[in-house]
Amino acid sequence: MEQVIANGLYLGAQYALIALGLTLIFALMNVLNFAHGQMYVLGGFVTYTIYGRLGLPFPVALAASCVTLGVVGALIEKFLFRPVVRRSEREESTMLLAAAVAFFLDAVILLLFGEKQRGVPKIVNGVFVSDQLIMPYDRIVVGVVAIAMIAAFVLYMQYSRPGRAMRALAQDRTAAQLMGVNVDRYSMIGFALGALLAGAVGSLLVTITGVNSGIGGPISIKAFLMVMIGGAGVVGGAIAGGFILGMMESVGLTVLREYGDITYLVIFALLMVFLSIRPNGLMGKPWG
Amino acid sequence: MTATAKLFASAALLLLLLVGVPLFINATGRSDLYYTLTSVALLSIISAGVWITFYIGRINIGQGAYALMGGYVSAILVMEYGVSFWVTLPLAGLFCMAASVLIGLPILRLRGVYFAMVTLVLTEVARLLALALPITNGAKGIVSIPQPGRIGLFGLTIVPDFATLANPRFAFYVVSVLLMALCFAALYRLKNSRIGQLCQSLQQNEELASSIGVNITYLRVLAYAISSFLGGVGGAMFAAISQSIYPSSFTVADSINFMLNCFLGGLGYVFGPMLGTFVLYFGWDLLFQTGEFQLLIFSTILIALMLLLPNGLLSLRLSGRPKATAAAPPAHRQEEAQARSTAAGRASS
Repeated sequence: MEQVIANGLYLGAQYALIALGLTLIFALMNVLNFAHGQMYVLGGFVTYTIYGRLGLPFPVALAASCVTLGVVGALIEKFLFRPVVRRSEREESTMLLAAAVAFFLDAVILLLFGEKQRGVPKIVNGVFVSDQLIMPYDRIVVGVVAIAMIAAFVLYMQYSRPGRAMRALAQDRTAAQLMGVNVDRYSMIGFALGALLAGAVGSLLVTITGVNSGIGGPISIKAFLMVMIGGAGVVGGAIAGGFILGMMESVGLTVLREYGDITYLVIFALLMVFLSIRPNGLMGKPWG
Repeated sequence: MTATAKLFASAALLLLLLVGVPLFINATGRSDLYYTLTSVALLSIISAGVWITFYIGRINIGQGAYALMGGYVSAILVMEYGVSFWVTLPLAGLFCMAASVLIGLPILRLRGVYFAMVTLVLTEVARLLALALPITNGAKGIVSIPQPGRIGLFGLTIVPDFATLANPRFAFYVVSVLLMALCFAALYRLKNSRIGQLCQSLQQNEELASSIGVNITYLRVLAYAISSFLGGVGGAMFAAISQSIYPSSFTVADSINFMLNCFLGGLGYVFGPMLGTFVLYFGWDLLFQTGEFQLLIFSTILIALMLLLPNGLLSLRLSGRPKATAAAPPAHRQEEAQARSTAAGRASS
């Protein structure tokens, strides 16, 4: 049982970090970022190149992944989403753009890094063994780093000037603009930050599960699940959703093992029931 | 355009598809075009379903689930119970309709991105179900489904047995084009009916519509059911043409493509899904020669299209295009302004 909980926490920390980026972009721009999983994959491949191929230390690779994705996110917001949001008649048009960006990133990743599954050497060797618990050290390190990043993100949003501006923007775009918040600038920062978080998780997880160019879509779906559980556009909801999904996956894989590969089917069914009772998730505002 | 001109243009298009295209294919000998055009026709039927849900103001990324369901229902009925394919075609649609009412009742309470995300997940659920259920034969799928048999009335053959035909591709092409024509005619009729008007009121403001006395629950479930019916029929046809169905026949990527077809054609136009499907499918096919750069070029063009025409291809308003809004231009302007202000309101809330 302790093993299941530890696995759930470790998974949940990763998931929460992915969901945070997605929910941040949604809260600020009202854009459902289909390309989130692809950004994750890109982050993984940057780390693979710098840490796995060039042999530089892992923190350098992690920073490089974050910076790359931050820049990519900022560029995508400035040159793609901003003009389309301004000119389209229906807000749904941004979804087409997001899907196109997802295809585009998929293509770029495929061309640059190929379709092979890539892994990197472990960052820490050895396994932690106690009576009830077996946990490789690298998973512990990755889990702790992820939790630290979540904490840093929450503090940044809560206390820093840009964080406050972004929260104001998420609450009421017009009012924030009237109060003198530079909407364009903070939308860009928010998008970059969201992309950066996706890249960071990609970078962390490549050390454990490896990465290949095809996992972007499934990762996006998982991120959507978490955001739905917690409620779209709410930081606390994304964290809760991430940990809940991580726990359910961990418990499901253990309990439902003899029935075959139906964990996700059960999770989806539970989600449907949950959403019919509480359509806006655990903490979401009505209709995002 | 007047109603007569519209009717004439539609008939000309149908004639072109049923007579012109076969003549062209015979002349050039490119019989592979049959398969491509059949796919376009069927995909546009499925996309038309997505368009209906857009019309009530919901973003539907779950159409792949119903296409898959329809394909399996038809395949299982034909293989296990020996039912004629032509009977299973509407049955598949009706089955999807029933399922969508059950699923739709809870999830249609969701709006905006929530609905989009749930439907996206639905596609994944359908795939996992197809993998897990015993009757669907898991990942191996159902293969070597017999071709559609003959339909006779009083010994008179109306539709011949497809297996005996020299060119079943052509037969499938004709059936698909006819289905497409039927589907879009019905869609056009629906859009301009009382129900269509009411659906548009849902798109603009559900609370307001409800306060005036529109039964919004009934309407949105109805729209969703019609949408799923089209998805099921399209999926069943696909299973018949490829004579096989797998859990991966319709995936999340397909669901997203159905949505893109609608977007690309333009959400305000009945013929948007048809044009969008045609452009996307042929664009993708043409780019096949570019090999590994196919996806890169394709997505770049998509992004460029979005930047240049954020409101869909039909928003170009070329002369001769069926303008869906020609009937009442001033009212449409008002609606647009209202839609924009509600969008802005939603963005700021």
